[in-house]
Amino acid sequence: MTELRLPARGLILLVGVSGSGKSTFAAQHFAPTEVISSDWCRGIVSDDQTDQSATPDAYDVLQYIVDTRLRRGLLTVVDATNVQPSARAALIEVGREHDVLIDAVVLEVPDSVAVQRNLERADRNLGPGTVKRQAQDLRRSLKRIKKEGFRRVHLLNGPEEIDAARIVREQPWNDRTELTGPFDLIGDVHGCACELSSLLLKLGWELEYDDAGRAVGAAHPQRRTAVFVGDLVDRGPDTPGVLRLVMGMVSSGSALCVAGNHEAKLVRALRGKRVTVNHGLAESLEQLEAEDERFRRDALEFMDGLISHYVLDEGRLVVAHAGLKEKYHGRTSRRVRDFALNGETTGQKDQDGLPVRGAWQTDYRGGATVVYGHTPVTAAEWVNNTMCLDTGAVFGGELSSLRYPEQQIVSVPAQRQWYPPPRPIGPVAGGRAGSALKITDVIGQRWLQTEHAGKVKIPEQNAAAALEVMSRYAVDPRWLVYLPPTMSPVPATAVGEHLERPEQAFEDYASWGVQRVVCQEKHMGSRAIAVIAKDAAAAQRRFGIDDGFAGMIYTRTGRQFFEDVTPLVEGLRDAVAPLLESLESDWLMLDCELLPWSAKAEELIKHQYAAVGAAAGAALPAAVSLLDQAAARGFGAGPLHDLGQLRDAVAQRLQNAWAFRDAYARYCAPADGLTGVTLAPFQVLASEGEVHTLTKSNAWHMEQLAQLDHPLITATRHRYVDLASPAEWEAAAQWWADLTVSGGEGMVVKPADVAQRRVQPGLKVRGREYLRIIYGPDYTDSLDLLRRRKLGKKRQMAQREHGLGIQALADFIGGEPLWKVHQSVFAILALESDPVDPRL
Amino acid sequence: MLLTITTTHAPATDLGFLLHKHPDRVQEFPQSFGTATVFYPEAGQERCTAALMLQVDPVRLARTLDKNRVDFSLAQYVNDRSYAASSLLAVALGKVFSTARSGRCDTLQDLADSAIALEISVPALPCRGGAEITQRIFEPLGWSVQAVPVPLDPEFPEWGDSRYIGLRLTGTQRLAEALNQLYVLLPALDESKHYWQSPEEVDKLISAGTGWLAEHPERELITRRYLGRSRRLLDAAQQRLRELDDASSPEDEPFEELPEPPPGRTPLNVQRQQAVLDVLRELGVHRVIDLGCGPGALLARLVEDPIFTTIAGCDVSTAALRQAGRTLHLDRMSDQQRQRIELFQAALTYADERLGGYDAAILMEVIEHVDLPRLPALEKVVFGTACPASVVVTTPNREFNVVYGGQVRLRHRDHRFEWTRGEFSQWVRRVGDTYGYAAEIRGVGEHLEELGSPTQMAVFTRAGVQDD
Repeated sequence: MTELRLPARGLILLVGVSGSGKSTFAAQHFAPTEVISSDWCRGIVSDDQTDQSATPDAYDVLQYIVDTRLRRGLLTVVDATNVQPSARAALIEVGREHDVLIDAVVLEVPDSVAVQRNLERADRNLGPGTVKRQAQDLRRSLKRIKKEGFRRVHLLNGPEEIDAARIVREQPWNDRTELTGPFDLIGDVHGCACELSSLLLKLGWELEYDDAGRAVGAAHPQRRTAVFVGDLVDRGPDTPGVLRLVMGMVSSGSALCVAGNHEAKLVRALRGKRVTVNHGLAESLEQLEAEDERFRRDALEFMDGLISHYVLDEGRLVVAHAGLKEKYHGRTSRRVRDFALNGETTGQKDQDGLPVRGAWQTDYRGGATVVYGHTPVTAAEWVNNTMCLDTGAVFGGELSSLRYPEQQIVSVPAQRQWYPPPRPIGPVAGGRAGSALKITDVIGQRWLQTEHAGKVKIPEQNAAAALEVMSRYAVDPRWLVYLPPTMSPVPATAVGEHLERPEQAFEDYASWGVQRVVCQEKHMGSRAIAVIAKDAAAAQRRFGIDDGFAGMIYTRTGRQFFEDVTPLVEGLRDAVAPLLESLESDWLMLDCELLPWSAKAEELIKHQYAAVGAAAGAALPAAVSLLDQAAARGFGAGPLHDLGQLRDAVAQRLQNAWAFRDAYARYCAPADGLTGVTLAPFQVLASEGEVHTLTKSNAWHMEQLAQLDHPLITATRHRYVDLASPAEWEAAAQWWADLTVSGGEGMVVKPADVAQRRVQPGLKVRGREYLRIIYGPDYTDSLDLLRRRKLGKKRQMAQREHGLGIQALADFIGGEPLWKVHQSVFAILALESDPVDPRL
Repeated sequence: MLLTITTTHAPATDLGFLLHKHPDRVQEFPQSFGTATVFYPEAGQERCTAALMLQVDPVRLARTLDKNRVDFSLAQYVNDRSYAASSLLAVALGKVFSTARSGRCDTLQDLADSAIALEISVPALPCRGGAEITQRIFEPLGWSVQAVPVPLDPEFPEWGDSRYIGLRLTGTQRLAEALNQLYVLLPALDESKHYWQSPEEVDKLISAGTGWLAEHPERELITRRYLGRSRRLLDAAQQRLRELDDASSPEDEPFEELPEPPPGRTPLNVQRQQAVLDVLRELGVHRVIDLGCGPGALLARLVEDPIFTTIAGCDVSTAALRQAGRTLHLDRMSDQQRQRIELFQAALTYADERLGGYDAAILMEVIEHVDLPRLPALEKVVFGTACPASVVVTTPNREFNVVYGGQVRLRHRDHRFEWTRGEFSQWVRRVGDTYGYAAEIRGVGEHLEELGSPTQMAVFTRAGVQDD
């Protein structure tokens, strides 16, 4: 019985003449979806599996499918004759493009068998000539097939051997996804044996020593696994000591190690290849010379056997010496190995003649954490879910490690500078200050996974609209870690003079199982998100803002408030000082309303609201007086009998217009810089380590904010309602009526305690007079129509945007890369561009 | 919503015959958006006044019209349609007085054919451009014009006047002609029409304008305003985001060039395009990308020259890109031509692979639209990531602004900054040093010794790149 060891995620070409049994073989050993057959593709493009004229198009389709499957990391078996080298070459090219292993399985049967099988098939009429020609092609090319680029060519000779074959799927060596840690990932050691021992001890490892007192192994009491990122050797004082310890750990199973470029070169040197002896190679060779022959042989074997990268923890962690872009994770090819060992080379050299390295990590968008070394940096720092652990121990820096999954960095300082650095050491490229966003992070249709609103779809055209607003007007994305969600109103009342009433909110919340709600006065102003850092250093540390600013206040579409926001930021910092202290944080974010409305919206008020008032004020009194004049002509009855009714209607409109005018004027104050501007905060969105909007009750937020006593702060009046108590309903409704009778905006009702996910985060209940600003002066005459408004979509949006906002904050607090936070924030803006009745 | 027509031509009550509406009746005419009423506040032998009043229900108007088809600002509930003498009133006037407009009056045809003393009063006329416009428009027609601006809000005098005018026209005119003039001129003065332009609008304009429009010195202004603005730069989604932010209606036109050229000179934008084209030819560029191409003025020039084998334009505004497609007539282009051109949406503060692979990138009047703190992000995307062999940048020279008389600040509402020559050269040097480009600065347009040129241009060439 022949055992075929095939790459579990590679490309398999079946090779054999028509009638050699490829399809039967494929059906026997592979899932139907794993097999792509040329016949099937021919059928797809021509409705006739035997139409040879469709072959070129069929191969286009076949290659496209193979390409897609390989990109997605799936085993793919091509069932086609593949008897000509050119046919195989095209597929090998596709396989190489995706850096997978490619095997060929050749099925050889006597020509007579193939011819006979073809005759027996009703759906095909290939003559003996065709089959024989194929057989000839195959035999001719078999001699050289091994050189075509296959990892292995498996030959099955004759029907019996074909029938008896057994398939073993081999996982790639780099696939150690079954190891789930916990891990201690250790940066470039470069022969710093003492520092390595100190670091291991600091990490809680117990070292084992041989008779000569040399460390030869280590184990961790909590059974942690060490993972070395390569470059154990060269430059440092004791390369053999490092090798001895790491080899011991690897062979006992307490450590893994990937290959570094220095190991690769040392291997070549030890094998006697001609290499330039520089960059500390001489030290290694000299130190190894002092070791015995056997150690040298073991070390050579160890280093030669190191593989280029590991995929660990069910695919969540990738370790490679110089890092690895996502496309290469778990892949196997020469260029993957080159990348893993040497990094991305740009082909350029700097002024010292050293190769310029590409900053692959700035483009990295993968879900797996990538830990690497290779390029010494001043500090280990997250960049897009990647971390470089080479903190230049051998150059007098530190030897660093990352505890995974704890994400804790543990370092020991170098005893001294063992080797001068070839170039100055700087921070990692793409770190906080240089974090770049990519257009592909935001445009096009996308689905975002959120913890609190499930999967949210962002349609392409919404993203396109948001891109314009975001890039033309929004503040620096590093400040913009949140945008406020929209909020739904209550359902319209069925009868009466009001469109909205508190009872509707109470009924909704009661029906969702909420027991206690808080009613917050709704301030009519402009929604504002305030980000306040204690000082510029805190802003730099937490937000990566490096221009000396220590705070930002922006609108609900991300625009900065006022041309110069600094005085407001400084005032607010002063106002929230007690809160920063009690939260033990050097920054915080508040969700507020900026008052008065006219401070920001004056242009809108003038164009939209005052203009309507002015037109009404000019036209309606004139109309009333003309109607009066006509009525005075003495036609009280007869043809002019309905004039009185018309006059009353117009007079009523005039009254409505004045009420409308009073409603907007109430929120206007003469503007003079920031004089008279205040903020009414109603949520502490987040501070260091915590997303308060997620974890704390609305009652907590009200308590915290009530402590702020500062001229810049307008307090938010509020009260609690036990939904089981009719008396409390009534009292709250009266409170609302008092707030709104003279034009007050109304209130927002929210669950008082931390609520379930599917509950609306808040419902607004707006006052009767205030709603004239929203629905027009005369809306009170059209209540019947407005009651028909539909809330479904608005509520869905409110929930989705709320979920996205929380996701953005949680990702920000959790140290996720900027692009990820930005993606959620961008999505909120995109959803807001969706056509939903803006009056809701 | 209100308009009165008075005559003192005795017997004044003949006005009823001319209008085909009896002075002693109140007559209602239902319209799709409300009700029009005609009544006579006075009807004497010396003086007779007819009032046309239109009652619009804005809630009904907003909820019955198709949101996607209608001018967005009108679909809002808060609007002036119930009060102002807008295009809705013109429509009602056109229908209610259609016979009168035709000049036919079987009983008093002689009177209908004669000019009589008329007085027309509109208490709230929306008029973009203010009282002066009404004079320009009505005086050539023989009216004496009294136009009084309505203040926005008497309690906030600092807000100034509204866009409404109390208008009173007196003159001796044929009534039919006066009505036709109002029918065309009310919507022309109004800012926004209540329905989209259709080809019939042109016919209506021509028929109602018979006898007076052709000779009118402001004919073009009237026609342009009546037919509405031909391009709308903000689409509905944009508008929603603006509203959300309490921003007023769209008045900033991102593609507008503010300073008017001195008469007889080549406009600055044309000179600028020429300067950029000259540089590209000098550099031997074949593949070129216009970053921030706007409605495609430069692209159109590039397309004319076959030396440019690949031409790409990107802009953050999808509306601008659509306009660029129209400017270039992409839909009518041959396949071969079409293959040279690519248009796509991009924002220059986001790294974008599609921006790479060109011989030259052009940033023509773009950087000044980016907030200064965001400019480094753009620099990184263009010079660091896309890194074409050459980059051509143009931007206004602030020092030159004094030439544009009285214009002290910025040339365009959306400009976030404008630089002096010193500031520009400092920026050019820093960017060149950071990203390895050599740079040369030139001026575009008239050169003045002490002020420089109106536009400054920098030509960046990546170090180590040889000329072809």
